Amino acid sequence: MIKDVTLQVNGQTRTVRVDPATPLLYVLRNQLELNGPKYGCGIEVCGSCMVLMDGQAMPSCRIPVEEMTGREIVTLEGLTHSNGTLHPVQSAFVEEQAAQCGYCLNGMVIAAVALLKNNKKPDEAAIREGMDRNLCRCGTHTRMIKAIQRAADAS
Amino acid sequence: MKETSYNPQLSRRKFISNLGCLTISFSLIGTDWAEAKPKIVEENLPGALRRQPRLDAWLEVLGDGRVRVLIGKMELGQGVRTAIAQVAAEELDLALNQIEVHLAETERTPNEGYTAGSGSMENTAMSVRYAAAFARQKLLEMAARRWQTESDQLTMANGVVSRKGKKQTLRFAQLLNGAQLEGEVKLPVKLKSPETYRYVGKAIPRTDIEQMVRAQALYVQDLRMPGMVHARVVRPPVYGSKLLSFDEQAFASKAPDLLKTVIDGTFLAVVAADEYQAVLARQSALEHARWSSATPLPEGQDLAQYIRGFPAKSQKVKEQGTTEALDQKDGKTVKASYFKPYQMHGSIGPSCGVALYKEGTLHVWSHSQGIYPFRDALAKMLGLEAEKVHVIGVPGSGCYGHNGADDAATDAALVAMAMPGTPIRLQWMREDEHAWEPYGSAMGMEAEARLDDTGKISHWRYSVWSDGHSNRPGGNPGNLLAAWHLDKPFPQPSMGYFGGGYRNSEPYYDIPNLKIDAHAFEGPLRVSSLRSLGAYANIFAIESLMDELAEKARQDPLDFRLAHSTDERAIAVMKKLGKMIENEKNGPNEGIGLAFSRYKNVASYCAVAAKVAVDKNSGEVKVLGLWAALDAGQVINLDGVINQTEGCLIQATSWTLKEEVGFGQQQISTRDWTSYPIMRYTEVPKVQVVVIDHPELEPLGAGEAAQAPTAAALVNAIYRASGKRIRNLPVKSVDEVG
Repeated sequence: MIKDVTLQVNGQTRTVRVDPATPLLYVLRNQLELNGPKYGCGIEVCGSCMVLMDGQAMPSCRIPVEEMTGREIVTLEGLTHSNGTLHPVQSAFVEEQAAQCGYCLNGMVIAAVALLKNNKKPDEAAIREGMDRNLCRCGTHTRMIKAIQRAADAS
Repeated sequence: MKETSYNPQLSRRKFISNLGCLTISFSLIGTDWAEAKPKIVEENLPGALRRQPRLDAWLEVLGDGRVRVLIGKMELGQGVRTAIAQVAAEELDLALNQIEVHLAETERTPNEGYTAGSGSMENTAMSVRYAAAFARQKLLEMAARRWQTESDQLTMANGVVSRKGKKQTLRFAQLLNGAQLEGEVKLPVKLKSPETYRYVGKAIPRTDIEQMVRAQALYVQDLRMPGMVHARVVRPPVYGSKLLSFDEQAFASKAPDLLKTVIDGTFLAVVAADEYQAVLARQSALEHARWSSATPLPEGQDLAQYIRGFPAKSQKVKEQGTTEALDQKDGKTVKASYFKPYQMHGSIGPSCGVALYKEGTLHVWSHSQGIYPFRDALAKMLGLEAEKVHVIGVPGSGCYGHNGADDAATDAALVAMAMPGTPIRLQWMREDEHAWEPYGSAMGMEAEARLDDTGKISHWRYSVWSDGHSNRPGGNPGNLLAAWHLDKPFPQPSMGYFGGGYRNSEPYYDIPNLKIDAHAFEGPLRVSSLRSLGAYANIFAIESLMDELAEKARQDPLDFRLAHSTDERAIAVMKKLGKMIENEKNGPNEGIGLAFSRYKNVASYCAVAAKVAVDKNSGEVKVLGLWAALDAGQVINLDGVINQTEGCLIQATSWTLKEEVGFGQQQISTRDWTSYPIMRYTEVPKVQVVVIDHPELEPLGAGEAAQAPTAAALVNAIYRASGKRIRNLPVKSVDEVG
């Protein structure tokens, strides 16, 4: 049941030999050694495993890797410019110090990037609505809202 | 401490420090001792420094001129690295990026017990402050000796000592000549004066947040090692349930990629090279295991009543004057009962441990809050000498107390012992964390108080019922979950530290007659330390009753509290809170409530206000705003204090409005975020925090102070908005309770 699966991740074509039913998350973390997406709940409820799939923020903890062929995947790592410059949303999270433990941060940044792609100047209600799928336990939501506003203002 | 060979860094450090024995001079003659009078005067060395005064236990001068600070504390998301770097850089005249902070590691860093109780600033930062200041003195003395001059002829900046008026300079590493600072920190130590602070008290950004957004490997979950394999633990359905049989053959045929199955009594774990195959193997193992049923959990009981029915060990916390007057039926007494359910830490990342048993030594990478007490418990469980267990602290997901960290690391260690030479990464599944973490105890409170003719509280009587609040490893294997399940099990010790149950049970107000009793029971669910321990429930009860008393006395709730306070710092935070909310206006069905506490009655002062709207038809509660005024003594990192306090406000609101561990007879039923919901973005209110800094005082720690008053502020606001007193948590909706 092991086979080659070809993926587009962070602008690169990657071929991995895996059980094609493996959820994307495990392939990103283990075969591709990316740290951004995190295991949180395994049932698409908390958002910590989110990646961009064709520009939309989607959980990666359940979707089989074989369904990802031909789709463009961007992880938290892939948001950073190749010269090391941070994406405006990443910068805004640093500027606002919008984290405590940071475990959920991956999903927060990914969800915020997708949100701002669809709505360049969201008001606070739209930010809350757009981020509602992502859980944070440290209670840094209000800083993250400010960070997203800052990123929106910067672009 | 016994020298061991497994830690090359330790060995190198010991080797270097043995190279040359420098003479230590404690002479103060010629130093600039009197130039600025230190504001902080200690009779004893602070925190763990008193027990471990060796300078090289805390500080190492690196070849490139930077200084490595070794602390026995963990980064839990509270920003301890940055705060420690601020204090060390301040005293050693270094730039912030010249400090490297090495987190908890056995045989490498000082043993500082647990990273808990908001104690890292009070203890660790103060230990580092004294060690760094003492190191500064010593480095100046060494330079003075080298140049045959006096210390007051020297200056220090960025790791370089210079001679005033001359071009002579020496870097720290040159001064030490390849050796390390030696000797013990001894009083008196001259500290920097707060007026000269460059870093302490400032909102210095945490450097690890950039590492987070860059997805650098920060967490124990991110560790990768050559040859590392993945394990999952297969737990029974409920406490006390035992593994009766496991059809290994049928299981193996369903899990072809399995590397190993580890069975020891009821402990069952599966290992695969690929993580997802380990996840699948776990699912399959659950289908092939038969477990015994266990003593049923008290499903469907009214827990508020049920927990008072246990045989309890009672103790008097405080008695002052007489309280018989409370029994008079003359309408001057207010009495109420309160309840707080079992609640979860609910880390977003399930706990994870990485372990490797190699050449007779077990290495364990863990986000444990107490690596030494964990190490001791684990070593005893495995029958290893403590020196043969090396625990390296690596941050995990935020824990807010004793979550599954130690248990997941124990699970990984058991697998590693069965597979010598192979690094094992074992992460819990979401349901492992939800169903097996040690919860914050359910608690019952009964409070009554009497007003005199002037509207002041004359008598107060209070009882609290609670399970223990710390079953941390503490060197006892019985506190490690897997140890209960081994073929030769270690029994869970009865009742851990109970003191947390009556934490903040005594009101921080002037009341002439009072009696406080605490009743310790052993409840049906596994419990341990959850942020602020019993303070959350006790302050919920006390500050709810204060609100009822204020109403009975026909006084403004803030004025009523002020009238019972003499501590100026308590008065200051309450008045500050009053200013913060003075322009808030209530719309229809809206209300503002407030509460105050001094954490542990000896630490930080915090007053909290909440504004809520209660939907008239549905009873739904919407939190519109939260405000906190905080005095945590000397602020080390202003933004760190604000961030922690904002987090407290939001997390405690989630506890108060939504959270309750549920169970059936044979299973914890809240096993995911759907059955145990926490606050989401659309529910989180705006928060505002104001910090009153006292640079002249000692830091008190800010990680928990707002947790306790938030619950009462919310229910008091709900009363203002709806006329309904909520005395049983969680609130859920006003109608559900009312």
